[in-house]
Amino acid sequence: MTVETKINLKELASKPEKFAPGHRLCAGCAEGIIVRQVLSAIDEPVVVATATGCLEIATSMYPNTAWRVPWIHNAFENAATTAAGVEAAYKALVRKGKIQDRNVKFLVFGGDGATYDIGLQWISGAFERGHRIVYICLNNEAYMNTGIQRSSATPLGAHTTTSPAGEVIPGKIQWRKPITEIMAAHNIPYVAQASPSHWRDLMIKVRKAVAADGPAFINIFSDCNRGWRHDTATTIEVSRLAVETCYWPLFEVENGVWKLNYKPREKKPVEEWLKAQGRFRHLFQPKFRHLIDEIQAKVDQEWEKLLERCGEKQ
Amino acid sequence: MAKQIVKALDGAKAVAEAMRQIEPDVVAAYPITPQTEIVQTFSQFVADGLVNTEFIPVESEHAAMSACIGASAAGARVMTATAANGLALMWETLYIAASLRLPIVMSVVNRALSAPLNIHCDHSDSMGARDAGWIQIFAENPQEAYDNTIQAIRIAEHPDILLPVMSMQDGFITGHGVERVEVLEDKAVKEFVGEYKALYSLLDIDQPKTFGAWAFYDYYFEFKRQQTEALSKVPQVVREIGKEYGELSGRYYDLFSAYELDDAEVAIVVLASTAGTARVVVRKLRQEGIKVGLLKPRLYRPFPGKELVEALKHVKVIGVMDRSIAFGSIEGCGPLFLDLCASFYTYGNGKGPQIVDYIFGLGGRDILPEQIEGMVKELLRIAETGKVPYRVGYLGLRE
Repeated sequence: MTVETKINLKELASKPEKFAPGHRLCAGCAEGIIVRQVLSAIDEPVVVATATGCLEIATSMYPNTAWRVPWIHNAFENAATTAAGVEAAYKALVRKGKIQDRNVKFLVFGGDGATYDIGLQWISGAFERGHRIVYICLNNEAYMNTGIQRSSATPLGAHTTTSPAGEVIPGKIQWRKPITEIMAAHNIPYVAQASPSHWRDLMIKVRKAVAADGPAFINIFSDCNRGWRHDTATTIEVSRLAVETCYWPLFEVENGVWKLNYKPREKKPVEEWLKAQGRFRHLFQPKFRHLIDEIQAKVDQEWEKLLERCGEKQ
Repeated sequence: MAKQIVKALDGAKAVAEAMRQIEPDVVAAYPITPQTEIVQTFSQFVADGLVNTEFIPVESEHAAMSACIGASAAGARVMTATAANGLALMWETLYIAASLRLPIVMSVVNRALSAPLNIHCDHSDSMGARDAGWIQIFAENPQEAYDNTIQAIRIAEHPDILLPVMSMQDGFITGHGVERVEVLEDKAVKEFVGEYKALYSLLDIDQPKTFGAWAFYDYYFEFKRQQTEALSKVPQVVREIGKEYGELSGRYYDLFSAYELDDAEVAIVVLASTAGTARVVVRKLRQEGIKVGLLKPRLYRPFPGKELVEALKHVKVIGVMDRSIAFGSIEGCGPLFLDLCASFYTYGNGKGPQIVDYIFGLGGRDILPEQIEGMVKELLRIAETGKVPYRVGYLGLRE
């Protein structure tokens, strides 16, 4: 699909803001940054559905709203299906001549809990049926809204309140679920992984997703300094480190074709990203240090597999 | 009166026929026995181009209601259908649909809830949803199921109401029971339901609205108060629309229907298809000179307690027949009994008949005229002696 890939910062700054200031997201939260990047990448009219979570509660406290676009929250697990319902209504009403066709786009925001865990079935169903929705996962790797509980996106070794690091158990004992691959396995037209640290790449991906002739999914790395335990000012740095260490590779699957969008000149050790966050602090004790090697091995294994898939290994 | 065509339809096909004539903008549904026939019949209408509806064959009932909520918030006229465990799976979203004031119409073909797994009729499914904020209407036969489906659209979308409607009939007994059904012409139905124009829509791009905001102790309470206020207006609207539909079809509908009740000493109160069986019993006993009457509530939520008390206050004993148990309630009674007792306590000026509850027909157990006759004889004994042997009994149960 061809989309406008030139992004002019001056032009962006002059566009009307669709996400109003005054929302209640934490200082340094990546979600607000990502939502602004996403909405400013789309020129068409959009309707947004949001799953229960930080973004939802921080932006829709009655009688206020941060949304200057039509917005709906239904429940935790069903945001994809809610958007699918809106899309179906749009198709029917346009076909019956009750409303004008204005090339409206249907966008979903859900956290990793809503995407990897509780809402997986709803997303899978909506993708199989081919609704033209763009599902964006704001992946902060735990249930942050309820107070930092582990999800299936939480990586090995991370401390959360339900996978606490203790004397004998070193935080979460499982690796993360490969949700981006799972979504790509639905054979939908567009699937990608992005990070707000690479905003231009993120915005182009959003444009490709909304231009797709069918469902699209973007898994966006969404730093949470409250849960990840780091300074509020280092959100983008920590996000960039995740990309530079290949813990969070930037890639896309466009009509079944895998493509690597960014290859670090020098692949940094994952330890650098781990040590930037308090949630992995316990791993640096001698008794748990072997886990850092395990995490590095997982990252390497996934990276090699990705390179192969993207035709980067000749 | 409009022209009508007589067809042989079971209750599920009658509902599908009404849906074809209503031609909603969106239908999202998932198959479950004994509702399946509604979805598959409607799917065929879509496949044959008989309706211009966007049909979403979702992957679960929770998804069905989730999609209905999205579509309804987008200003579409939306319908669905379910039963039993499917309705139970929707539980979370039932409350959301009602609280967002979305006029979705859902046909429920009543079936017992698991466990044990059972596909046959009782009312435990829709009774479990009775506090969800939906309007609930019961039908006795395929004709009523058809008529109620059409009226439900108007009730739900009425500007004073804007609440979802659950339109019930008994699984298999009427859902799969073929009967004579008088069907209106398509044009008459389309004119009766009219065009739906949503007050607010997600697709109003130029005037964006936020749907489903969250509210704590500072606003939540008022939202709930508004919901009960809207529900309080339902009986009046149901009556008006029932009358208007009567003028169109010759079949008039009210909050309930009564049979031989005016001079009755004892009365049966029962919902849905069993009212037909009870009517036969009443007719027979009347011929024997027994003063028994029947009251069949049509509107169950909101419960028209005041009107029911007015209609029943002269009788000495009421036998309520409940096709579900409100587990843990007084004496293990059913929900209809509870509602009627509360109505007499509230509107009866400290007086009221003896009310006895009879649980029957769970999991599709047959209810026979002789059993109802036996119940009436017991009611007569209570009327005569003033002695109530038990408050909650069972009909057709092996003890």
